[in-house]
Parts: sequence; C-alpha cells; structure tokens
Amino acid sequence: MLGIRAILMKNRSLVSIDDFSTEEILRILDLTEEFEKEPTRKLLEGKVVATLFFEPSTRTRLSFESAVSRLGGKIVGFSDALNSSVSKGETLNDTILTVNNYCDLIVMRHPIEGSARYASEIASVPVINAGDGANQHPTQTLLDLYSIRKTQGTLDNLNIFMVGDLKYGRTVHSLMMAMSRWNTTFNFIAPEELKMPDEFKLYLDNLGLKYYEHSDFTDIISKADIIYMTRVQKERFSDPIEYEKVKNVYVLRNSMLKNTKPNMRILHPLPRVNEIHQDVDSNPKAYYFEQALNGVYTRQAIVCSLLGIK
Amino acid sequence: MKETKQMSVSAIQNGTVIDHVPANNLFKVIQILGLDRIDNQITFGTNLESKKLGRKAIIKISGVFFEDADINRIALVAPDAKLNIIRDYEVVEKKVVEVPDVIVGIAKCMNPKCITNFESVTTRFKVVSKKNVTLKCHYCEKITNQENLQII
Repeated sequence: MLGIRAILMKNRSLVSIDDFSTEEILRILDLTEEFEKEPTRKLLEGKVVATLFFEPSTRTRLSFESAVSRLGGKIVGFSDALNSSVSKGETLNDTILTVNNYCDLIVMRHPIEGSARYASEIASVPVINAGDGANQHPTQTLLDLYSIRKTQGTLDNLNIFMVGDLKYGRTVHSLMMAMSRWNTTFNFIAPEELKMPDEFKLYLDNLGLKYYEHSDFTDIISKADIIYMTRVQKERFSDPIEYEKVKNVYVLRNSMLKNTKPNMRILHPLPRVNEIHQDVDSNPKAYYFEQALNGVYTRQAIVCSLLGIK
Repeated sequence: MKETKQMSVSAIQNGTVIDHVPANNLFKVIQILGLDRIDNQITFGTNLESKKLGRKAIIKISGVFFEDADINRIALVAPDAKLNIIRDYEVVEKKVVEVPDVIVGIAKCMNPKCITNFESVTTRFKVVSKKNVTLKCHYCEKITNQENLQII
C-alpha cells in the first residue's frame, strides 16, 4: 500500500527542484537507495514512457531509458528534434497534446526555458524536465543529492566547493539551491567572468548561509567535503587571453588531493573535457562515474513516484 | 486653479476617476483595463502638471466601478494611481492601487529564450519585490525588473 506522501506525489510533474518539499526529496533519496539494491524489477510492466529530446543528450536520455527498461517499461520518443514533427513546424503545445495520448509519462529536454513547465500544464500525464535550456535539470540535482548523501552519510552541515563555470552552469545553481536546505557552507571557485551570479548569493544571504568566493582553491582544498567540478568553456570568455590565463587554474590533478579529507569526494555532472585530469580517475575520491550510475537509480525512483507505483 | 483642472477634463456623475497616472503610461493603463473596448463615456487628460510625477494623466470613466483585483493590474505601470469613486458628482470613496502577488498576462518576460516569447502562452509572474517591482517568471524562472518591464 502507498503511504500518504507517495499518494501526494502521484501524477505530479517534476519541472524544478523547488516543486518538491524537503520531505519529498528525502523520500526520493530513500527510494533511490531501494532501487540501488534491486534495480531490475518488473514494476513498470505495461507502462510506456515517452522520451522527447528536442535537443541531443547522451547521458540523460540513456540513463532514463536504462532506468525504465530495467523496470520492464517501454520507451517511445525521439532523440533529436530533426527527426520529429517539430522540424515540420509543429508547436510544442501540439506535440505534447498528441504524445500524451501515447504514454503514461513524458520525459523531455528542450532548448527553450520554461518549456517543461508549460508542457506540464497542458499534458494529462506527469512531465519530468530533463533540462530546459539554462533553467532547470532537477533529476541531475536529485542524483547529485543522492551521491552526496551516500558518500557523506548525511546532507547536513557539509562544506561544498563548486568549481569552474558558476555563472551559466544550471547544475550548480540547482544544487546550490537544493543544498541550502541543509545548512551547507559553500565555497565558490571561479574566474571573474564566470562568478556565481548575484541573485544566487542574495538567496544565500537571505537564508543566512555562509559562502566564500575564491579565484583559486589549491590552498583551501583540505576543507572540502565535496568538490563539484564543472567545465570552463572557452566560448564563455570575451577575451581569449583571459581564458588562456585561467584555464589551468581550474584543472583538478591528483597531486592536489594529497591533503584532502578522507571523506572528500569529487563530483562532476559530466561530460568532462579537461577540468579533471585523467590521473584523478584512479583515486578513490573520484566519484563522478558512480555518480552517473546513481542517475539510473534516482530516475527509477522519480518515475515510479510520479506514476504512483512506489 | 482647481476650477481650471475641472474644465480640462469634465466632471462625471457616476463612475471612476483614475488620477496620478504617469503621462507616458496613460495608454498602457487604458489598454490593461480594456477601456478601448467598452462603450462607456470616457474622458482623459494628459501632460497635466503634477508635483509628484512631473507630468500626469487623469482618466474619468462614466458608469464603471472596478473590482480591486482588476484595478491592481495597473500597478505595474501606475503604482501611484489614486482612484476616486464618484456617485452623483460626489467622491464617495478613495482607493490606491496595490501591486498584486501574481501578475498574469500583462508583462512580457525579458528572457528572449523563455517559452512565453516563442509560443502563445499567457505570461505569469510571481512578484518577488513590490517596492521596486521585481517579477519572477513562472515558466523560465528568470527575473524581470522595472527597468526591463514591457507591457504586452
């Protein structure tokens, strides 16, 4: 029998991490733990999940498809808008109203911000936002939270280092806002061009949470519980010389990890380019590939919750 | 002085007078309240002198009494507007506008990548600050502030 919280989550959409209360987030994380123990079950037999990827994504789409397939569900959809009726000029409204006749749940990624919220308002089935432009990517945030809780044993009172592109990176913004529920201390390490935007710092100020900004992190790395690395993209810099100056400051190397805490783990939403040197991969503190695996279990927990199966 | 003003925009017997509208937003107020689509008698004056606003406009609408929720829709463009409710040539009630908590279908989201700028979606904002009106888009979650505010 489903508990009261499970009933409350049934038929809801997940568009933004703020759609879920702290209790609901914790419930998803607990369910994720269950799926990690037993990821292959026939819970979604007879269910059809549509994956509508209006822009290409490898990891997120495959992770969702793997999650659903392992639970016996079927997948329909497209992985590129060029192969869909969108290329013929169909509106998102019409695509959603058509597709929701064919499936029990929609997973969508779309380059336009707010598209998933809009889709969730017109669809008769739950919608999971798998990324809407630079706005939200809540399943990434939930798998990040799961990875943090699993490696640290708690979400409370942690010191999180966010490194790289803190200006445009939607994953860091969502994770920062989600982690602010658990008295986190933040260290933001970014070049001047890619600093955390003021609106997010204001958000932390209003909550009375501590954050520190740095341009380099070699001296302070020993304080970190989690280092969340992101890609510094060359095209974000107006001046190529500026990029050349900073590009190596934000590359994590194995030699830098000597004095780090034993519990410290390195996370990265992937794909990585060169910001984590390959010599880090064999260090037990490197956690990014396990983090990607956790994505499958997290998405199983989310899909089953929204369908009211778990 | 008072008499001259009354002459420029004639008095009404019953209805609503909206005063202290910024002159440059007069037509936005008319549009938001849908005054261009009703049959009632309406007179307005604009570019009138105002100590507070520099140049103000005034609108007199015969036979129309607004609900608070309707009148608050003009708060984005005329935050200092004052309403006089007139019955039999007398002011029987005065009202001020209040910025509502949610703005639906009046403002444009300033984010060019927002869905509301691509498909026919009614815009919807949460008002995060009422003092210096700051709106958060319900769809793309980006902030539109007073400087970027555009009325649809």
